[in-house]
Amino acid sequence: MNGRLTLFTFASPPRFYWLTGKLIPWLWAACIALTVAGLYVGFFVAPTDATQGEAYRVIYMHVPAAWMSMLLYLVMAFWAAIGWAFNARLASMVARAIAPTGAMFTFLALWTGAFWGKPTWGTWWVWDARLTSELILLFLYLGYMALVNAIDDTRRADQAGALLAVVGAVNVPIIYFSVKWWNTLHQGATISMTAAPKMAETMLTGMLLMTFACWAYAFAVVFMRTRAIIVEREQHTEWVSEMVRKQGAGA
Amino acid sequence: MNWGSASAFFEMGGYGLYVWGSYIACAVLMVLEPILAARRHARARRDAARLTEEES
Repeated sequence: MNGRLTLFTFASPPRFYWLTGKLIPWLWAACIALTVAGLYVGFFVAPTDATQGEAYRVIYMHVPAAWMSMLLYLVMAFWAAIGWAFNARLASMVARAIAPTGAMFTFLALWTGAFWGKPTWGTWWVWDARLTSELILLFLYLGYMALVNAIDDTRRADQAGALLAVVGAVNVPIIYFSVKWWNTLHQGATISMTAAPKMAETMLTGMLLMTFACWAYAFAVVFMRTRAIIVEREQHTEWVSEMVRKQGAGA
Repeated sequence: MNWGSASAFFEMGGYGLYVWGSYIACAVLMVLEPILAARRHARARRDAARLTEEES
């Protein structure tokens, strides 16, 4: 790695590939350590909820998954837009790599929500504003993935995907504020920046540990997929053929 | 410590199905996704290696 480090150093696919290759093992280690700590606090330290009993323990995956589903969509739309506006190839690749992970977290938010709603609300599903807008988020992810895979010209696919991702971003504030704007069965925000937390401190600790675990997971798996996409797209370039010649197909 | 015994832990105060149904789904998908990403990466590298051999 010669030359000066700048903001754009890692915008080049070979450098990004090299850097993320170094980071991924550390991200997995952080993810596993945080998950163990978060589940330990969540299941063995945090007390039973006074009204919901043990059913509330779904929160340690439900809230992080729901946060990640919204955050990853905004990050995906951001990089898709950057890739479109500045013709930055790597940004478009990152956007594509985020979509399956975002869709998975959206699905898990809905799934764990259903498994929480059944014992507490008496129903797996209700067409309430929060649940419906989160379901729309899942369709936006799936629509983005279907669209970019349906167009053969890679850069045109990136651009079409970016348009869909950016327009769909309007749904994220709708999800977030749905519990305020409409009268929903879903409860209000779990924690807010302006009010003191309404939950026991150990519950909050467990939830935050699981949230950081999900962050580490998302970085690790998105980097893994971005590396795969880089090799797929750049297989005709000198640096990829040199790398596979030197290291073999493995590694 | 919240649980007197292992069976109390798995029962989750009668909510075992809901709590474990949530966590098992998360565990399955969050193990599967990185495996799929790793396989995609390995496939891309094999394709690139084949292409390099054909060209040389």
